[in-house]
Amino acid sequence: MKPTMFTTTAGLALCLGAGAALAQEVTLTVESWRSEDQAIWNDTLIPAFEEKHPDINIEFTPTAPTEYNAALNARLEGGTAGDLVTCRSFDGSLPLFNKGQLADISDLDGLSNFPDFARAAWSTDDGASTFCVPMASVIHGFIYNADAFAELGLEEPETVDEFFAVLDAIKEDGSYIPLAMGSADQWEAATMAYTNIGPNYWKGEEGRQALIDGTAAFTDPQFVAPYEQMVRWTDYMGPAYQAQGYSDSQNLFTLGRAAIYPAGSWEITGFTEAADFEMGAFPPPVQNAGDTCYISDHTDIGLGMNAATDHPEAARTFLEWVASPEFAELYTNALPGFFSLSDAQFEVDNPLAQEFIEFRENCESTVRVASQILSRGEPNTWNNMWVLSANVLNDAATPEEATAELQQGLASWYEPQQN
Amino acid sequence: MTDVITDTVERRPTPRRKRRLGGRTHIVVFLAPAVLIYTVFSIYPLIESLRLSLFDGLDDGSAVWTGLGNYTTLLSDPNWAVRFWNALWNNLILFFIHMVVQNPLGLLLAALLSLAPRFAGAYRTLIFVPTLLSVVIVGFVWELILSPLWGVAQTMLGAVGLGWLYAPWLGLESSALTAVSLISVWQYVGIPMMLIYAALLSIPDELLDAARVDGLSGVAIFWKVKLPLILPTLGIVAILTYIGNFTASFDLIYSIQGVLGPPDYSTDIMGTLMFRTFFGQQTQIGDIHMGATVASMMFFIILIGVTIYLVGVQRRLTRYEM
Repeated sequence: MKPTMFTTTAGLALCLGAGAALAQEVTLTVESWRSEDQAIWNDTLIPAFEEKHPDINIEFTPTAPTEYNAALNARLEGGTAGDLVTCRSFDGSLPLFNKGQLADISDLDGLSNFPDFARAAWSTDDGASTFCVPMASVIHGFIYNADAFAELGLEEPETVDEFFAVLDAIKEDGSYIPLAMGSADQWEAATMAYTNIGPNYWKGEEGRQALIDGTAAFTDPQFVAPYEQMVRWTDYMGPAYQAQGYSDSQNLFTLGRAAIYPAGSWEITGFTEAADFEMGAFPPPVQNAGDTCYISDHTDIGLGMNAATDHPEAARTFLEWVASPEFAELYTNALPGFFSLSDAQFEVDNPLAQEFIEFRENCESTVRVASQILSRGEPNTWNNMWVLSANVLNDAATPEEATAELQQGLASWYEPQQN
Repeated sequence: MTDVITDTVERRPTPRRKRRLGGRTHIVVFLAPAVLIYTVFSIYPLIESLRLSLFDGLDDGSAVWTGLGNYTTLLSDPNWAVRFWNALWNNLILFFIHMVVQNPLGLLLAALLSLAPRFAGAYRTLIFVPTLLSVVIVGFVWELILSPLWGVAQTMLGAVGLGWLYAPWLGLESSALTAVSLISVWQYVGIPMMLIYAALLSIPDELLDAARVDGLSGVAIFWKVKLPLILPTLGIVAILTYIGNFTASFDLIYSIQGVLGPPDYSTDIMGTLMFRTFFGQQTQIGDIHMGATVASMMFFIILIGVTIYLVGVQRRLTRYEM
């Protein structure tokens, strides 16, 4: 090294791409957790919209469902989120509105196409402001292997007793696992078991509102009873169901190795493609023949507008279209299993989806019990319900212990439950 | 840094010192990229995270100073404390399993390899390869192997008459954490093995020859000559295990079990607790302030562990000139 050389120069070259070409067309990006819907958006929905509004381009940019909430929050905070935001229901989106990240769209004309219960999922508690257009709900029930039922001479059960008689018959025959259900991923235990069969016990909205008002508690018999039924399920679930995950259960059923699948209607598309046997669906069995049946018809997916979007007018135009009967029909038929919440009347092509949508005619609809208000605090009731429902299936907690813990967690922060 | 700069300014005048200045400026220049990157991407986020943990978020997105309020909540509120202590305890179990299984196994493998058996190179590579695999692949493969429905574990145990041993380990509260730990051991055993192997190879042959001349058997040479010489490396391996236990293990548990640490929080560790607190989970809304509190607690726990090691253990280790 030369001792005299003591200055070192560092050159910084900054290349600034000057590509701000003025576009006449507006491009809107849609944030979503439904990555499996990419093809439906690109092939069906977006062309249908762009045909009417050639000056607005829509880009569908989904994120993996498990990362969606975290990623969306980070992007909204950082100001890089898309113009349109797919909204989870209730408290999944309300905080975003309260923070001013979602725009108030209460004055959108298309909102009048939706019933109150649908709008409630994306409105403030007092119903004054609405911040997302309801897109679809998912309906819970049971999908069964119709070929297997025919082979064993079984019929769709209506009551709990008939349900267990069917399960007994399948178990006795031995060629099928009666129930395709595992507890490894925990959320199926809460979603497809507890809040699927529960509304029949707590009478849907009546029981859910009573919890919110504080006039009922999780320790009441109507909330313990579904867990008691779930304990009986374990005799009919696969061997070593404790390590059976969600995709394992799906595969067991679509490969024809299991006869009944406690389901959400979002499975319809995948199952229709994967299964090479006939399928049917029945709603959660009631306690006594002739009882009113209640189904979990969960408002699941909505579409809102990023308050910081550069193109609010274009975004509103798109939202008006999403609220239209045309979108309702396109969407429901492109994605059988996600049922539009619109009042619009139309035919559903997929027969299995048609069976699910018919539940609505005979049964009362309700949403998942822990989704509105009750999961606002810490510990989160919906998370607790995942863990405790899996514990009940794993015999790690009795129905009484599980509901006692649910109640204790809720009462620790929710005032109406503290008396 | 500041020392160097004031130094250079003061000593500018005389030509002889100019030479020293030149000798030092290049140090500054060479250090600058690392220091800059480290400051921007490590130190600043760390301080920012500590700062976040001292605030509480309001509904409108603004934050208000709470001092140590979040820490008090985490450690004393029954609903938070039970998750925190459970996660910490699980982390300690994870650390314990790695210390008693992974590191002795790494030592054994390294000792065997250093004897230069046939195909030593092949074994070395094969054992090290899983370390390079993505945890997602490792997690997925092991989940399939251990699956009660499609897995080969049950069949293979059955083939040697041990079918009764099989259980759905990943799904049982009693065994899930052990199972995940052992998968992690399988993946990462190559790292202690390589470190120790390198240390063993650096022991001069003269020392071993002298020991042999003195009449020590192979086993005695290992215990009395080689092991004392590689103790500092074992210390480094231990501290790497400790840190990795809080950072690397999260990836594997996240990919196999998810963010709630099922069943019944039995595989919930500090990392998963931090993740779901910070980023949220389904209807649980992410709380950056509580999340930062959990992250800061992790930082303090790692800091305490590393300090205990540096002050209490490393200073007492005798280092030999080789």
